[in-house]
Amino acid sequence: MGAQHDDLHDAADPHGRALRLGIGGPVGSGKTALVAALCRSLGPSMRLGVVTNDIYTTEDAEFLRRAGVLDPERILAVQTGCCPHTAIRDDIAANLDAVETLEERFGPLDLVIVESGGDNLTATFSRGLADRQIFVLDVSGGDKVPRKGGPGVITADLLVINKTDLAPLVGADLTVMSRDAAAVRDGRPVLFTSIREDRSAHSVAEWVTSLVNTWKHSNDQAHDHTRTTPTTAA
Amino acid sequence: MTTPLRSPAASRTASVTARAVIATELSDGRTRLETLRSDPPLTLRQTGPGLVHLVSTGAGPLGGDRLELTIDVAPGTDLEVRSVASTLVLPGSSPAGSVMLIDARVGAGASLRFSPEPTVLAAGCSHRMAVRLSLADDATLFWREEIVFGRHGERPGRCRTRFDATVAGRPLLRQELLIGDPAVDAGPAVYGDARCVGSTLIAGQRWDAARDRKQERRATIGDGWAAMPLAGPGVLASALAGDTVELRSRLERAESAAALLAIS
Amino acid sequence: MRDRPTGDAALLLLADSRLPAGGHAHSGGAEEAVRLGTITGPEDLARFLRGRLATAGLVSAALAAAACEFAAATADHPAGPYGHAGPDPDADPAALWRRLDAEADARTASPAQREASRVQGRLLVRSARRIWPSAVLDELAKAVPEGAHHPIALGAAAAAAGCDPYQAALAAAYNSVTGPATAAVRLLGLDPVTVHRLLADLAPALNDAAHAACASLIDDVVHGVAQNGAGGHQGPAQNTATQDGAKRDDPPHHGGATNSGPTHTGSADGPAAKALGSAWPALPGHAAPALDLLAEGHRGNPMKLFVS
Ligand SMILES: Nc1nc2c(ncn2[C@@H]2O[C@H](COP(=O)(O)OP(=O)(O)OP(=O)(O)O)[C@@H](O)[C@H]2O)c(=O)[nH]1
Ligand SMILES: [Mg+2]
Repeated sequence: MGAQHDDLHDAADPHGRALRLGIGGPVGSGKTALVAALCRSLGPSMRLGVVTNDIYTTEDAEFLRRAGVLDPERILAVQTGCCPHTAIRDDIAANLDAVETLEERFGPLDLVIVESGGDNLTATFSRGLADRQIFVLDVSGGDKVPRKGGPGVITADLLVINKTDLAPLVGADLTVMSRDAAAVRDGRPVLFTSIREDRSAHSVAEWVTSLVNTWKHSNDQAHDHTRTTPTTAA
Repeated sequence: MTTPLRSPAASRTASVTARAVIATELSDGRTRLETLRSDPPLTLRQTGPGLVHLVSTGAGPLGGDRLELTIDVAPGTDLEVRSVASTLVLPGSSPAGSVMLIDARVGAGASLRFSPEPTVLAAGCSHRMAVRLSLADDATLFWREEIVFGRHGERPGRCRTRFDATVAGRPLLRQELLIGDPAVDAGPAVYGDARCVGSTLIAGQRWDAARDRKQERRATIGDGWAAMPLAGPGVLASALAGDTVELRSRLERAESAAALLAIS
Repeated sequence: MRDRPTGDAALLLLADSRLPAGGHAHSGGAEEAVRLGTITGPEDLARFLRGRLATAGLVSAALAAAACEFAAATADHPAGPYGHAGPDPDADPAALWRRLDAEADARTASPAQREASRVQGRLLVRSARRIWPSAVLDELAKAVPEGAHHPIALGAAAAAAGCDPYQAALAAAYNSVTGPATAAVRLLGLDPVTVHRLLADLAPALNDAAHAACASLIDDVVHGVAQNGAGGHQGPAQNTATQDGAKRDDPPHHGGATNSGPTHTGSADGPAAKALGSAWPALPGHAAPALDLLAEGHRGNPMKLFVS
């Protein structure tokens, strides 16, 4: 891979490029499942690219390629040298390179999804890499997790609580999770999903669609009124 | 044109400077040896059509010796150079180190195959080897070098090699090896536990992939060896081993793999 | 370029492992060595680092110094490093950047290592262009769009940051050991203080490598003159450890029309012009066959944490 960065795109300058959506969350919470679901539901109407950050293998990238939800060439894997959070937060160079490579090869794109490697509750995406981010929890960790907060749970543009189908099995109380999340999230949205049951993650796809539309719209406006940088939340 | 085999170099006391030359020419569409100039202890024998053996390198070079071999393969000709025995580099009576320089030019459409027996670095030696290869665009090359770190059970002296190969003036491979340097020898980064190092440069247009530098060609690897496509038109077969027999067998595996990496 | 009296502070930024340029994901062969059991603890690691510094580290240092020197020269003479925009294609900075990059290619036999080097170089140029905006980095990015080799990028970034060639070389040498050292800490759970002690022990060798790297640039000017006068090979060098780069024969210049280097084109350019590109062919080329094997083994192994 390798983007030929002839003109210097300031990563903070979103002018005319795809929305970059980070998907983070603890190991096994369903990030890759969500990426696959979004590809299924958005693929027909949007031009997509996906970057995965596997920890030890290229398993997520391979899973997505095998799942047949997206042209395999549009899925790039980045290695993170033991530190998945470093690659999405402190040193985003490799991820940016992958994102721009996709845009260069297949652009213009509407949406580039970056899945982080499974990490802890403090791992969030740098604004230099992701314009918006989703944090994915699952219920199997117990209903206490939202209460514990952490930057991912608190600041993500969308909190997804996945595997609701398992709630009865693990004794997780969804209303408790919902209430705790709302308490720390200052009005930002929370969605409950069971990607096992809804393989297109409709509610999340809807949220992303409106995000992409807003993004395009504000970019068009920015284009009209010279080059102001829209950094406000969607 | 030929010189009788010399007595063992080890019996010499004075150091020598020798300049030997091999040059080919095209005559009636065949390769002919235009020049074959021995200069003891660099003694050359023609042993077949386009085939030359170095016959007297068995003992020496010694400290203070300076040996130069010039090889000029004229356009359209084929030359093969071998040696009858391994080269044993010894300390000698002079405090100065020994030097072996090889300058080879391979012309358009010409081919050179250089596959001497290994160079053995005896204890206490201080040796320098420099090889400069300049290839025309469509020349073909097979150039093997094997270095053994000391005779059996012996710590090697010091040796430094420099290898520069250019194709039509563009650098193809530049490599230096340091042997007998404590900073380099013992570690897992440079030679590991090996006591022998070998490499073969195989070059020619057949290995010039339509270059897409974003997508490097993949190497072929095995136990202790690798065949590595270079950025330019060539492949480097490389091997590390515990002894000469293992080295040769690994290197030959790497060479076969390298040959297969040619662009069809 | 920004006005800086000295590059010392810039050097700290450039060499800092927190420089966001993708370096954290490269182990320089350490991950594969750990997998194969050739690095198991601090002793092995120390020897690994020493060998790496004396080979790949020295080569990187020399290339970085050369790139820094060249970058500074192009920055001083925007029309081209030789202060004229004549018909000579070798005076075109883009062509010269590619030539220096090709020198890095020729010193990197392993395709896995070339790839890792280019990826890191590309990422570094990407970040450095925003950190130290400069025409030189733009020029390099254009000249080698697939990504210049890391030492070349590092040298250019160093110049953009206000460092001199020695500082560029020092940063390259430092990088060549800190990446693997950190990787080993993560992979083997080594005591980070012990490993930093190893790095501290290497400090004199790092200085030596940077000196040797710079000497290799200057040395060749002298040799180049000698070569023009006397021709042929120099005598044997009496070398010590990492100072080898300072003493070396000139590389091949078989006269002839094939060599495109300024050595043969620079007669009208004066001594300064001659000095620049003419040193590049003779820069150190210390190979590490085991590192090559490690890099290729790593590349072929799907189970890994690091890119290289
Ligand atoms: N029961 C249930 N299982 C799910 C659901 N979503 C995902 N899974 C399963 O959870 C496991 C982990 O899902 P992934 O999508 O790989 O999780 P991830 O967050 O990408 O994991 P890492 O990338 O390894 O951190 C897989 O076996 C999925 O099939 C769900 O809604 N319900
Ligand atoms: Mg995943």
